[in-house]
Parts: sequence; C-alpha cells; structure tokens
Amino acid sequence: MIIFDEVVKKYPGDYVALAGVSFEIRHGELVVLSGHSGAGKSTLLKMIPAIERPTSGAVRINGQDVSRLRAGAIPYLRRNLGLVLQESRLLFDRSVFDNVMLPLVITGHPPRDAAKRVAAALERVGLKGRDREIPAGLSGGEQQRVAIARAIVNRPSILIADEPTAHLDVAYAREIAALFKSFNEAGVTVLISTHDESLFAGYSPRRLVLGSGILI
Amino acid sequence: MSGWLYLHLRAIAQALVRLARHPLGTLLSALVVGIALSLPAAGYLLLDNIGSLARGVSGTPEISLFLVQEATDADIAAIEKRLGGDDMVASFRHVSRDEALRQLEKGGLGDVLGGLASNPLPDAFVVNVRGDDPGNYESMQARFREWDKVEHVQLDSAWVQRLHALLGLGKSAVLLLAGLLGFALVIVTFNTIRLHILTQRHEIDVSRLLGATDPFIRRPFYWFGSLQGLLGGLVALGTVWLTIEALSAPVESLAVTYGAVFALSGPDLKQSAAILGFAAFLGWLGSAISVRRHLAERMR
Repeated sequence: MIIFDEVVKKYPGDYVALAGVSFEIRHGELVVLSGHSGAGKSTLLKMIPAIERPTSGAVRINGQDVSRLRAGAIPYLRRNLGLVLQESRLLFDRSVFDNVMLPLVITGHPPRDAAKRVAAALERVGLKGRDREIPAGLSGGEQQRVAIARAIVNRPSILIADEPTAHLDVAYAREIAALFKSFNEAGVTVLISTHDESLFAGYSPRRLVLGSGILI
Repeated sequence: MSGWLYLHLRAIAQALVRLARHPLGTLLSALVVGIALSLPAAGYLLLDNIGSLARGVSGTPEISLFLVQEATDADIAAIEKRLGGDDMVASFRHVSRDEALRQLEKGGLGDVLGGLASNPLPDAFVVNVRGDDPGNYESMQARFREWDKVEHVQLDSAWVQRLHALLGLGKSAVLLLAGLLGFALVIVTFNTIRLHILTQRHEIDVSRLLGATDPFIRRPFYWFGSLQGLLGGLVALGTVWLTIEALSAPVESLAVTYGAVFALSGPDLKQSAAILGFAAFLGWLGSAISVRRHLAERMR
C-alpha cells in the first residue's frame, strides 16, 4: 500500500513542486498519474523510492514512512520496488543480459538462479533470445522493454514508471502499456505517470491528475 | 558460496576487467608505483646487505677486561666466577700475562720486550656478549669498569657501533623516503580512482537507483586500487631483483679485493611479502580516500 499524506515539496528559490498531496493506493491497483509538464508527476514518483524527500508530510510504503528513512536503509527499500524511468537508464556498454542481471547482482543472488530469472523476465517482455545484444542496437521500444525487464526481475510488489512511453511511437507505446497491464493482472501494484492517458483507457485504471502541485 | 564472498569475487573480477580494459594505463600506473617503491625497497636491502657484511667482517664484538698488575690468582678466579654467572656473557676466555707476552713476542716485539726487567702486561679476559645490540656492549663495558681489580675495559669493535649508528640513520632515511613516495603513490591512486568514478558515474547512479548499497559500489574501486598497488609492488620487486643481479658481480669483485667473500642477497620471502603488502595497502588507501570523497560528492 502506498500512502501520501499532505506531502509538500519545495525546491530552493521557493518553487513548490507539490503543495500538500494526499492519496492512497491499495495493493494490486493500476493507477495512472497524469498532468501537464511541470505539474509535479516526476517529483511525486521520486518520493516513493526516496530519490526525493518531502519538505513536509509523509510517504508510507506498506506502513513504512520512507520520507524519514535513514540513508543506509534506502537501498533496501529500492530493492523491493520496480523502477522504470523516463530515460531507459541502461548501461550501453553491457549486454541486455547484464543490464537485466544488475538488480540480482546487487542483491547477491546465486548466479545460476539469477540467470533463470533474467531469461524469464526477458521472455515476459518479449525479448527472448536477445540477451547477448547491446542496448545501443535495439529500438527505443525494445530498450524500454529491457528497462522493464530489469524492473521486474527482482519480482517487486510495486512497479513505478515515469513516462515509460514518452519517446516511443504509438505502436510501441501501446505494447508497453499492455505490458504494464499484464503485470498488474499478475498482482503487482502499478503506478504510471503519462502524458497520454488514452494509452491506458482500455484498462480502466484509477486516475490521479496533478495540476501545479496539487491533485485535481 | 556465501553472498559476501560472491560479492567480493565479483568485485575482484570487475576490478580485473577494468585493469584489462586499459592495458596501457594499467602498465603505466604499475610502472609509476613500481619504480617509486623500488627506490626505498632497494635502499633498505642495500642497508641490510651492508649490515650483514659488517657482521661477517667483524664477527662477534669482543670486550677486553685488563686487570690490575697486582691481581692475584684469587682475584682472577673471582672475576672468572662473576663472568660465568653473567647472563649477558656468551663466552669468555682468560689471557694470562705470560700468554699475552708470548703473543707479543710472536708478533715481532721480542727484542723490545727482552730488554724489560719484568713482564709489564696484565692478566686479561676476552668476553663475547650475547646478541648484537650495540647498546648491550656499552652497558656491559660500563658495568665491567665498576668491577674490583679491573683496570681498563676496551670494546674491540667500536667501529661496528659507528656502523650500526650509520645504518640506523640510513634506515630512517629510507623510511622517510618510503613515506614520501608512499604519499605520492596514494595521490596517484586517488586520482586514478577519481577518473574511474567520473567515467562510471552513470553506472553508479543506475546501481544506486536499483538498490546498491555504498559498500557494493565502493568494493570494486577498493579492489582496483589494491590490485593496481599489487602490480606496482611486483614491478618494484622485479626492479630490485634486476638491480641486484646487475650489481652482484661488481660487488663480489670489490669484496675480493678486501679479502672478503660477499654476495648481495635479494629480498627474502618475508621482505617480498612486505613490499607487495605495502604496495597493495597504498593502493587501497588511495582508493578508499578517493571513493569516500567522490562518492560522497555524487550523493549530494
């Protein structure tokens, strides 16, 4: 469960990105967060893995107040979340396999079991047999799929995606949207920010709309 | 395999890959570290060799106790007893005044001594002291001077003491040089790691987002610094061995002209391990300081 309780985020220069945001996402929900550029979508999503900390208010993940988490505990929080950022954030000098393997290496998974998990994750996103390729040789949509495979390989219960379809053409974007829906159907809580709500319209998601730092 | 061991083995593999990816840079860094370390290492070994040579030439230093002219057999026996019960005395022998006279006569002074009405030489004891600490010789010399019926005490190898003092001074200078060059090597590693952190900042950021802890990110850099230092240590050892090989023949020839047999010896197993360990430690230290500073900057 994700709870935002009167979350305020101010940046230096008194710029207010979030001005008292409160909402609750229950386990297994599919939530689409929309709003114009600069509405505070990315700031809000970054609060969940403690990339950003609120100026006031609280962010609770499964009962744990992550806004007051000590620095040493943050990595362990992130290991239980699947993160897909706007830019794919892949390592372009490593193979697809190594990219997807990275979260498992970080958690010290036994190599043999980890390799099986990587293969399963790649199959899940439709990249079976592409593990030896270098991300630079893949299309934008395929790179985003690699990023998604990397996000799910640790089998997180919460998947957060910040504009995962931002730089993709419509066909690729629909495929990615369908992928997130399929994860949600498997029981994963999914929170996605997007400019284009129509991509998810067919999946009946719950909608959160941000405008100038507040939920509309 | 435990998770901790797996993560370390992985970090070592990662560090080795980084070293192998830039062979020229790795070679140059190893040469810089190696040549810089070879100077104090060779200096230390040279002093060690000189120390061995001095011990070989002088043998065990001896202290001579000259008794008063009027010392009786009972006085001699009393001193013999005291020397025998002294823990610091390794061995001793009595040189009677008659024996001393005979030795002088054999030495070619027969004519001079023949003109004397009586034997002017005193009874004496030649004492070998335990250990080779020059401090012991001085304290024993002072102690013997206090003994009854002892007229004069002479340390036969005073020059050995001076040599020991010089060797001590040399070792201090080598330590100082090692410290200064070690500091320089820490700076070299610090800078190398800083560049690595800059080139890998994307990977570091991504790893953090995926839940990497600070130790996970730091570990490969620590191993990189240590391995680079170790490679430098190997270069230093190689340089020292080559230097010793090159100097062995001329030094042996020089020793022969002084009537001595002497061969330069290279670092033994313990000394080799010390050089490699010191080099690896310097590499680790440079990387630890660099990682602490630059990763903290990336966290801000």
